[in-house]
Amino acid sequence: MSKRNISRRTVLKGTAAAAGVAAGSGAVSGFPMVWAQNLKDVTLRSIGSAVTHQPAWAKQATEDLGFNVDITALDFDSITNRINTQPGSFDIAEPAFNYFRRLSAVGNIQPIDTKRLTNWDQFNDLYRTGKLTASAPFGDGQNPTTVMYTKDGKNFVKPGESDQIFGLPSVHNADTLGYRPDLTGRKLESWSELISDEWRGKVALQSFPDIAMMDIALAIEGAGLLKYGNKGNMTREEIDKTFVILTDLKKKGHVRAFWTTFSESVTLMVSGETVIQSMWSPAVTVTKSQGVPCVYGDLKEGYRGWTIGYVMPKQLTGLKRDAAYEFFNWLSSGWSGAYFSRQGYYMPTLEATKKFMTADEWGFWYEGKPAQGSIPGPDGKPLEKAGTVRDGGSYENRMGNIAVWNSEFDEFGYLVDEWNKFQSG
Amino acid sequence: METEQTVLGRFGAYLQITPLVLILVTFLIAPMVVILLYSFFKFGPFATQIGVFVIDNYVRSLSFDSSTWPALADTIRTTAITWAITLVLGFVLTYYLVFDVIQLRIKIFLFLLAVVPFWTSGVVRMIAWLPFLGKEGLINGSLIGLGITDEPLQFLLFSDFAVILSYVHVLTLFMVAPLFNVMARIDLRLIEAAKDQGAKGWQILLYIIIPLSRPGIAIGTIFIVALTASDFVAVRLLSGGTSGTLATAVFNQYAQSRYPLSAASGIILLILLLLFVGGIMRLVDIRKQL
Repeated sequence: MSKRNISRRTVLKGTAAAAGVAAGSGAVSGFPMVWAQNLKDVTLRSIGSAVTHQPAWAKQATEDLGFNVDITALDFDSITNRINTQPGSFDIAEPAFNYFRRLSAVGNIQPIDTKRLTNWDQFNDLYRTGKLTASAPFGDGQNPTTVMYTKDGKNFVKPGESDQIFGLPSVHNADTLGYRPDLTGRKLESWSELISDEWRGKVALQSFPDIAMMDIALAIEGAGLLKYGNKGNMTREEIDKTFVILTDLKKKGHVRAFWTTFSESVTLMVSGETVIQSMWSPAVTVTKSQGVPCVYGDLKEGYRGWTIGYVMPKQLTGLKRDAAYEFFNWLSSGWSGAYFSRQGYYMPTLEATKKFMTADEWGFWYEGKPAQGSIPGPDGKPLEKAGTVRDGGSYENRMGNIAVWNSEFDEFGYLVDEWNKFQSG
Repeated sequence: METEQTVLGRFGAYLQITPLVLILVTFLIAPMVVILLYSFFKFGPFATQIGVFVIDNYVRSLSFDSSTWPALADTIRTTAITWAITLVLGFVLTYYLVFDVIQLRIKIFLFLLAVVPFWTSGVVRMIAWLPFLGKEGLINGSLIGLGITDEPLQFLLFSDFAVILSYVHVLTLFMVAPLFNVMARIDLRLIEAAKDQGAKGWQILLYIIIPLSRPGIAIGTIFIVALTASDFVAVRLLSGGTSGTLATAVFNQYAQSRYPLSAASGIILLILLLLFVGGIMRLVDIRKQL
């Protein structure tokens, strides 16, 4: 067993001579064969959200990598709870970055070594400086760079201070409000519409307390009712003030529902229960694909950004860890990027992703250009007609305009208590 | 030979209950002990400090401005309304099944009909209400189509009404089954005797049937209260997250990885339910009726 591990690692480093020395007794020429054979028997178990953990994608991963990639899709709270309580029940996991403080506090994670990532130099500035362009805002809350770099898997350091990362960024996006243009009758341009009397009883929010708070804070600030120090890390006083407004809205019957799952948000929109709601980008796509007009608002206050990414549990060693790195390198080598981009998400390795998309697709999804021909979805079927422009425009316009990042507040415990009170009250 | 039998006689009973004890210890007692332990662990800032014992979680849950109280009020209200409706509905249904349906085969057939909803999972049964009660759902569509209302009725879905409706739908059978069990055993000659003595229908109901049904009502009540007070799925799905009970509070804390606080709230809910069940047991001697 140990002999196999030694040979594997050294072969990966590509130093055949060292491999010969390390293996000592073994036949040098036999190693790559043994390695490929071993890796073939590996099953890499990944837990993640339905955002990425889709059967068609896992099938491609298994085909390209030559070993079995086994996926389990869970909701984000469950992913985090699984990592914190049963780190042996999977090999890699893909939680959201805004849960990283909760994960690092428990300490079941080992850092990922960026030197073993073949595409590491291609990861864009969002994950190096925290800003897509020099003029882009850093954003309130947990900018991904603040919870990404680490030396020990427990504490976070500034970018550049370590070659190790807590989580490997994968899919990211800019969230905003989705609305029914046929029912609003006009274009919506501000988050304040979320609390506007005009849509009383036709509004939905997410039921994740922190995200609901950030959305409502964007609306409250947009309406000029309050000014927050940091919408992604509110003080108790700010939380209290926000709940006063929220409770008032609840009493007036303003909020129709709080949704927990992707499909709930689609159902609310398609069934006409709501006209305007906090929504995920692909939910808008699904709503539209059911023949219901839906716009993903490009609002003047900016977007709420998020990132999900892969982490490795401490137990992962030897062959399985090597398989994990193989998987990470495959993930950022373009095919996945193109696959997820066709669902409206982004991947940080842009150049690699571009190679797997047509110029028209790239123009539509990343550059904000009108589609020349029909734009296919992830399944290859037509998704958007020629002439369509993506809501919110280009990658730079959307990811370069993040007002607040999905975050876990310092006062999160207080927030959850108050949220429970708010629900019951 | 003789000694062997004695040994068997002495340990036979223990052997027989061993599987049940093992199952209960492994899957009920042990998890409860873990939950109890967790409820005393310190939490913060972002993780549970295993092995650090404090009573903070209880102090916090029971403090004056804690979320426990509004959640408890919501729980009691929802449970009480559900109980009252299922009791009346269950009693009337069972009375009809026991006393008005004469043929045994029809009786059994009707009883089986009541079980039909249980052929699907509870979550499916709840979700099935969504297209029925929604703004563009079946009821609102019909009401508007018939010209009874102009605007869709909002209170039908994402409201306490929807939550209680789904409970009544799912749980009434839990009242019917124990009631059926005791009512079917009422000696019909008692009723005849009462009639002969000139008792009116309501007097028979009040002085014979209801008193003799008390154990059934008690068991049904325990079922309804325990199932309603501990449910969080219906509350979340059908109130659209606009309502929160103690059980949803337990779930919210758990989902946010705040296990000790979740455990403490769970223990509080458990103690309240045990007290309630204990109270019912004192009122009615259930064991005598089984």
